[in-house]
Amino acid sequence: MVTAQSKETEQYNVIGTRPIRHDGVDKVTGAAQYGADLNLPGMLAGRVLRSPHAHARIVSIDTSKAEALDGVQAVITNADFPRAGDEEIDTGEGTANLKWVLDNVIASDKVLYKGHAVAAVAAADHHIAEDALELIEVEYELLTPVLDVRDAMVDGSPLLHDGLHTAAMDGSKSDNPSNTASHLQFTKGDLDAGFADADVVLEREFETSMAHQGYIEPHNGTAYYRADGTLDIWTSTQGAFVVRDSVAPLLQLSPSQVKVTPMEIGGGFGGKIPVYLEPLAALLSQKTGRPVKLTMNREEVLLATGPTSGTYMRVRMGAKRDGTITAADVHLAFEAGAYPGSPVGAGAMCALAPYDIPNQRIDGYDVVVNKPKTAAYRAPGAPQSEFATESVLNELAEELGLDPLEMRLQNACVEGAQRADGFTYGIIGNVECLEAAQESPHWQSELQGPNRGRGIAQGFWFNIGFESSAYAQVNGDGTVPLVLGSTDIGGTRASIAMQLAETLGISAEEVHPHVVDTNSVGYTQVTGGSRTTFAGGWAAYECAMDIRRQMEERAAQIWECDAADVTYGDDAIIRGPADEDGNDQQFSFKELAGQLVTSGGHIVGRADVNKTSSGPAFATHIVDVEVDPDTGKVDILRYTAVQDAGTAIHPAYVEGQMQGGVAQGVGMALNEEYYYDESGDLKNASLLDYRMPTALDLPMIETNIVEVPNPGHPYGVRGVGEVPIIPPAPAVRAAIANAIGVHMNELPMSPRAILDATLPSGD
Amino acid sequence: MQAVKYARAESVEEAVSLLQDGGDGARPLAGGTDVIVQARERTRDIDLFVDIKHIPEVIGIEHGTDGSLTIGAATPCYEIYGDDTIAEKYPVLVDSCSLIGGTAIQGRASLGGNLCNSSPAADGIPSLIVLEGQVEIAGPNGRRTVAVEDFCTGPGQNVLGDGEFVVKLHFPAPAERSGARFLRFIPRNEMDIAVANAASAVRLDGDGNVTWARVSVGAIAPTPLLVGGAADAIVGQPLSEASIAAAAAASSAAANPITDMRGSIRQRVHLAGVLTERTIRQAAERAG
Repeated sequence: MVTAQSKETEQYNVIGTRPIRHDGVDKVTGAAQYGADLNLPGMLAGRVLRSPHAHARIVSIDTSKAEALDGVQAVITNADFPRAGDEEIDTGEGTANLKWVLDNVIASDKVLYKGHAVAAVAAADHHIAEDALELIEVEYELLTPVLDVRDAMVDGSPLLHDGLHTAAMDGSKSDNPSNTASHLQFTKGDLDAGFADADVVLEREFETSMAHQGYIEPHNGTAYYRADGTLDIWTSTQGAFVVRDSVAPLLQLSPSQVKVTPMEIGGGFGGKIPVYLEPLAALLSQKTGRPVKLTMNREEVLLATGPTSGTYMRVRMGAKRDGTITAADVHLAFEAGAYPGSPVGAGAMCALAPYDIPNQRIDGYDVVVNKPKTAAYRAPGAPQSEFATESVLNELAEELGLDPLEMRLQNACVEGAQRADGFTYGIIGNVECLEAAQESPHWQSELQGPNRGRGIAQGFWFNIGFESSAYAQVNGDGTVPLVLGSTDIGGTRASIAMQLAETLGISAEEVHPHVVDTNSVGYTQVTGGSRTTFAGGWAAYECAMDIRRQMEERAAQIWECDAADVTYGDDAIIRGPADEDGNDQQFSFKELAGQLVTSGGHIVGRADVNKTSSGPAFATHIVDVEVDPDTGKVDILRYTAVQDAGTAIHPAYVEGQMQGGVAQGVGMALNEEYYYDESGDLKNASLLDYRMPTALDLPMIETNIVEVPNPGHPYGVRGVGEVPIIPPAPAVRAAIANAIGVHMNELPMSPRAILDATLPSGD
Repeated sequence: MQAVKYARAESVEEAVSLLQDGGDGARPLAGGTDVIVQARERTRDIDLFVDIKHIPEVIGIEHGTDGSLTIGAATPCYEIYGDDTIAEKYPVLVDSCSLIGGTAIQGRASLGGNLCNSSPAADGIPSLIVLEGQVEIAGPNGRRTVAVEDFCTGPGQNVLGDGEFVVKLHFPAPAERSGARFLRFIPRNEMDIAVANAASAVRLDGDGNVTWARVSVGAIAPTPLLVGGAADAIVGQPLSEASIAAAAAASSAAANPITDMRGSIRQRVHLAGVLTERTIRQAAERAG
C-alpha cells in the first residue's frame, strides 16, 4: 500500500512480511464454509417468533395451531427449557446470570424489547416454519417502555426487572429495586483541589445512540442432538468454547456432551460472542431427533442481537493556562439493553486513560432499558467514554488557544503513570503515536477552502490475553499443520502461523493453520479483546519451542549423543557434536522431519497458555472534513490513523484493522443510530436505513504503524483490532467545529443533527 | 416468503386478463426490485406475479420522428441511461435512472416500476413530472392516459384500478434552450433513499428570460409534488438570486412532510428549498 509507512522489521525472517493468507483461496473461490452453507441429511429449518412490543408481560402462548400445521415438527417456548438457575456462567468477555442468558435467548414472563424471541419452530422448510409463526397465538399485557437511560434511572420509572437492585463496587445492593444494575466509581487525588487549581473549567453533556457492529453475515446456528446424548453445534461465533459453555447449562448437559464447530465467520466485532440461536436449535433438535438449522435475516440481527450502548455522559475538565490538565470529573450512564451488562466499566477505565491527570473521579452506571441486550463491540465502552473526554479536551485546547496535539503530549501518560482504576503502565507507545502524528504529512499539510476543518483525537484500549492453545505436528515433508481454537476474523490464522514459522525458522507457507472444534484443541478464549494474535501467537511460540526441544531430542537419539549437545538454531538447522570421524553432524528441519516416523515416531508440539498480561494500545487520528452548510452533510476529505502495534506481525492486516476501525468509528460519528419511535419500535432495522458508511463515503485511510514492542510478549505484540474505532468520533467532531464553528454534543452527527444545530430557530 | 404463482404474459390483453382474474393478490412484475422484496418480507400479500416485461410494447425505447420519446414501462434503467439520444436530450432521466438502487439494481429496475411503487421518495418520479410525462395505462376498459403528477395518490397508492397496469411513458420533444436537472439528498454518497429530492426544468428565451418552468419535489409530502408556485416565481424574468430564493421558499411552503428515520419535518422543509434552488440553477446551465 502506497500510504503505509510501516517499518518492515529486519530483525525477523517471517514477522513483518506480508504473505498471502492461508484461508485466502477458499474465501476468494467461495469454497469456504459458512454456517448458512451447512446442509445435513434430514435437516429441519427453524424460525423464531419475535415480540412486536418493547415491554409487555406474556399472559399466554398457544402453539397448538402451529404444531398442527403440516410439516411442522416442533414448537418450543421458554417453558420447554430445563429451568435455568440463578448462577453465573462465563460468557466470553465476562460472566452473566444464566437465567438472564436464557431469557434473552427466549423470553419467559416478559418481553423486554421489540424482536425479543418468544417461540421457535422447526419445520420441513423455512416457508412452512414462517407460516407456522403466524399461527402461534401470544397474548400480551402491554407495559410502558423505558427507552432513555436518564428516564430509566429516575425513581418511579417503570421497572424492567422486579428483582434488580443497584450493586455498588463493595458488593452491597440498593434497598429498592431499580433499572440501574450497578454503579462503579474510580477516584484519584483531590477533585475539588484540582478544579481550584484550574484556570479554565469546561463542562459538556453528550448523548450517543446505540450502534450495531454491522457484520455482513447474519447469525446462524445448526444443532444435532444425537441419540447417544451428545450434541453437535455448528455456528458462526467468536468463541466455540463459550458457545459450548453457554449452551450446555441451558440444556442441563455436561460441556463434555457438547461439541461446537466454529464455521467461517463473516464478521463479529464482539457481537458474535453471545448465543442467540444455538440453544434454540439444540432444543428443537432434542425434540425432533433431527438436525435443525436456524438463521437470522437482517431485520432480526438489528432488532435482537447486541448493539453497543447508547449513553448519556457528562464531563467536567479543568486546566491551567499552560495546558496542564488539573482535574476531570466524568459521569457515564450506559444503556445495557434489556439485561444488565453494558460495557460501562471498560468505558470508565478508558475514559481518561491516555492522560496523567492528578485529580479524577469517574462514575459509571449500568442501566437496563427496553432495547436489545448490548453485546461487546470493538473496544466496548471506549468509543463512547473517550468521545466525551477527548471532545472536552479539544474544546479546552481551543479555549486556551493551544495546539490540541501539543496539549495531549504535555499531559500524556508515560511508563509508570497510574490510571484512576489503579493500573500502572509499563512501556507504552502513547507519546510515540502523538509524535508520529505530529510529523505526519497530514498534520504538516495546510488545509484550505471554505467549510473545511481538521480534527485530532487520541485513543486507548487495554487489550487482553487469557487462554489460547496451539497444537502442531511435523509432517514428513517438513510442513507443519497447526490447529487453533480461535475463530479467524481478522487474519489470525496467518498472524499466528507466522509466529510459529518465525520460531521454527521455516516459512509462513510451510505452516498450515486450521481452526478446529472444541474436542480437537485445548480451551481457547473468544476471538476478542484484541487478544488473538497476542495470546495465540504466544501459544504458537511455546508450541514451536516444544517442537524444537523434541527435535533436538530426536536428533540426539539418532546421533546417539546427549540432547544437551544438540542445538536447534534459528536458521532451522539442528546441529549436534562431531561424529566419530570428526565430521559435523546436522539436519535441516526438513531432513529430520523426514526421519521422524522411522526414528521413534511422529512429533506433536503443544502449548496451552493463559496470559493475564497484555500490551496496551494507543492511537492518534487526524481527519479533515468538509461540511455542506446547506444540507449539514459531512464529507471526510482525508484521514490518517497512527497506532502503536508493538510489533506488526503481518503489517497488511494491521493496516486493515486500523482502516476497518476507522470506518466503523466514522459510521458511529456520522450516521449510525438506533432510531426508535415512542413505543420502542426500532424503525430502521435494515441496512438501508441503518446507515453504515459505504466505500464511497470514505477516502483511502492513511495508516502509520508505530512499533514500541511490548516487553511482555515473545515478539513484542500488542493487540491492534480495537483501538482504531475510538478516536474517529471525537476527531470528526473537532473537525466539524473547526469547519463551521459548531460543537456537536450528540452522536451521530448526522445531517439532520447538524441542521438542527445550525439552522436559525425560525427556519 | 409465501408460495406464489408466476405467469408470463405475451400480450397486453393477456396481462390485463391475468391481473383481472388474479384479483388483489396479483401484481405486475417487471424488474421485481420492489415487489419481490415485498413478497419475501411479507409486507404485501402477493400470490400471482404477472410478468409483463416480455410484451414487446412494454419494454424498449422509441424516439418519435417529432422528437418525442416513449419508454416502455418495464425498460431497465441501464438501457435508459445507456441510450445516447436520451443522454443528449433528456439528461434528467439519466440523473434519475443512475441513482435508483445501485448498479446491479439498475440492470432490472424500471421507471414504470418506480412509478407504480408510488413511494413519496421515488427517485424517478420528479424527473418524469418536470418532463411533462404522460402515463399510458391498459386495463379491462382499454387504454387511458394520465399525467405523471396525477398518477400517485398516496404513499404506495396510485390511480391504477383492477386489472390495470402501466404500458409506457410518453414525453414531448424538449424545446430549444430547455434543460432539466434532478438531485436528491441522502446522508451518504450512495445506496440510500432520498431524505428529499427535486427536479426542475426551465426554458429560456434569447434574452435569458425564463419562459416556462416546472419544479417537482419528492419525499416532502404523501406524493411527489408538482410545485406550481416555484415555477411561477422564476417564469417571466431572467433567473436572479431573488427569483431563485422565491422558488425555494415556494417549495418549502408546499412541503408537508413527516418526521421518520430518514429525516425530520424541519430538515425536509429546508431541503425542499435547497434542492429547488440547486436544481433550478443546474437546469438553467443545461438549457445553455
